[in-house]
Amino acid sequence: MKKTLAAIATGMILIAAAGVPQAQAQTKVRIATEGAYLPWNGMDASGKLIGFEIDLAAELCKRIGATCEVMAQDWDGIIPGLQSRKYDVIMAGMSITDERKQVISFAGPYATEPTVFAAMKGSPLLDQNLPTTAVDMAEITPDEQKLIDQTGAAVKGKTVGVQVSTIQQNMLEQLMPGVEVRTYDKVDNLGLDLVSGRIDAIVADRSAIEGLIKAGDQNKDITKFGPAFSRGVLGEGVGAGVRKADTELQAKLDKAIKEATADGTITKLTTQWFGYDTSIK
Amino acid sequence: MNLSVMWSAVPTLLAGVPVTLQLVGLALLFGFVLASGVAWMRLSANRVLSAIAGAYVFVFRGTPLLVQIFLIYYGLGQFQAVRASIFWEILREPYWCGILALTLNTAAYTSEMIRGGIQSVPHGQIEAARACGFSRFLVFRRIVAPIAVRQALPAYGNEVILMVKASSLASTITLLEITGIARRIISQTFAVFEVFIVAGAIYLLINFLITRLIRYAEWRVTPHLRRPA
Repeated sequence: MKKTLAAIATGMILIAAAGVPQAQAQTKVRIATEGAYLPWNGMDASGKLIGFEIDLAAELCKRIGATCEVMAQDWDGIIPGLQSRKYDVIMAGMSITDERKQVISFAGPYATEPTVFAAMKGSPLLDQNLPTTAVDMAEITPDEQKLIDQTGAAVKGKTVGVQVSTIQQNMLEQLMPGVEVRTYDKVDNLGLDLVSGRIDAIVADRSAIEGLIKAGDQNKDITKFGPAFSRGVLGEGVGAGVRKADTELQAKLDKAIKEATADGTITKLTTQWFGYDTSIK
Repeated sequence: MNLSVMWSAVPTLLAGVPVTLQLVGLALLFGFVLASGVAWMRLSANRVLSAIAGAYVFVFRGTPLLVQIFLIYYGLGQFQAVRASIFWEILREPYWCGILALTLNTAAYTSEMIRGGIQSVPHGQIEAARACGFSRFLVFRRIVAPIAVRQALPAYGNEVILMVKASSLASTITLLEITGIARRIISQTFAVFEVFIVAGAIYLLINFLITRLIRYAEWRVTPHLRRPA
């Protein structure tokens, strides 16, 4: 019995030892994405991960000389999963915000998109003819504050759906008091409840709303309204999240993102997935 | 471990206790009424009634509660006919969808406990009571019900505890009960372990009180098993 155990132990040591040189030759990076937020990231009918961030991940891995494995992870636990070392990088349409920077580091940003509201065709919210101006909240001018207040007044007392733990949830809670916020784990479920009339409006990234509209026949009446918000509480753009201790990986990814932005690779990829350029200028 | 996060999460999480207790309490109440009807159908000599009840129990015990919640909440809302009907007033609210799903689920399990309890009553005792001239109702009240309750109570206690835990699934349909609030706090603090430990402790406390209550009820219905003082 003892002999068998010793043999197994020796075998395992040998296997482990054989694995080491390979691991050193090429670093392996595990990347988590949500897989439910097209065109950023999503799944095709066969369950394969697709989307802008999946392609970008492959591109960045090539540039930093790593082999990558992209996996799906529920949005809800995506930061805790990074901290507990289930994976090394988050690329999941995650905006760089001060709150998140307190717990993880970011490489990038590699793309950005405005946040918009949407309601069903025929909703009184659409009749208010809110301006569709772009509101850059990095520094809020009096004119922009007026637009924020106007939008806040329109949705006041209404039930607005938002994906939990997102920059949009922050925006509603911080800038638009008096809104009844209902939180969902996935954007798809936002769409289902908007269509069924359980909620009056939703707020999300422009492309996520456009993705919803295209997702099915019953969604075609979802209509965007109001200003296109960006920056400020909405963060400075979408980046790749890494653990604070992984400074080397963060620096490598940051360099790769800057290069891919400069040579137009990201413009090409975003145009392919979004239909327009969302790269960082 | 961030103790200050844990401490500050306590009052916020406790605010979710009423919703959790309402979900469980109402589901158990409605579920018990429904279960009594289902058990009666199940025990009836009518083959059709018995088969309908059997199918209901089979479906709700054989599928995950999470799937049932999703089908009732997101599934039914898909149909224009449902949205146009009078039921939509209730079904559009996540609160009532949660209670409905928990009710239908617990009723399936409870009906089997009631059936088992009633069937455990020795036939001879019923015959003896009938021979003494007891009416059907009196036989039920004096003989069948006490024995059935005694028999079913430990299993029902388990069901109550399972329901408290199952109510956490209501957080998936936007309800802010204990787990829903925990997920919300986590989304702001990213302190998963801390917040879930506090939430878990609250569930533990609720279930501890419930086990005491059930233990007391069991003691009350079994005077013949008590050691003489």
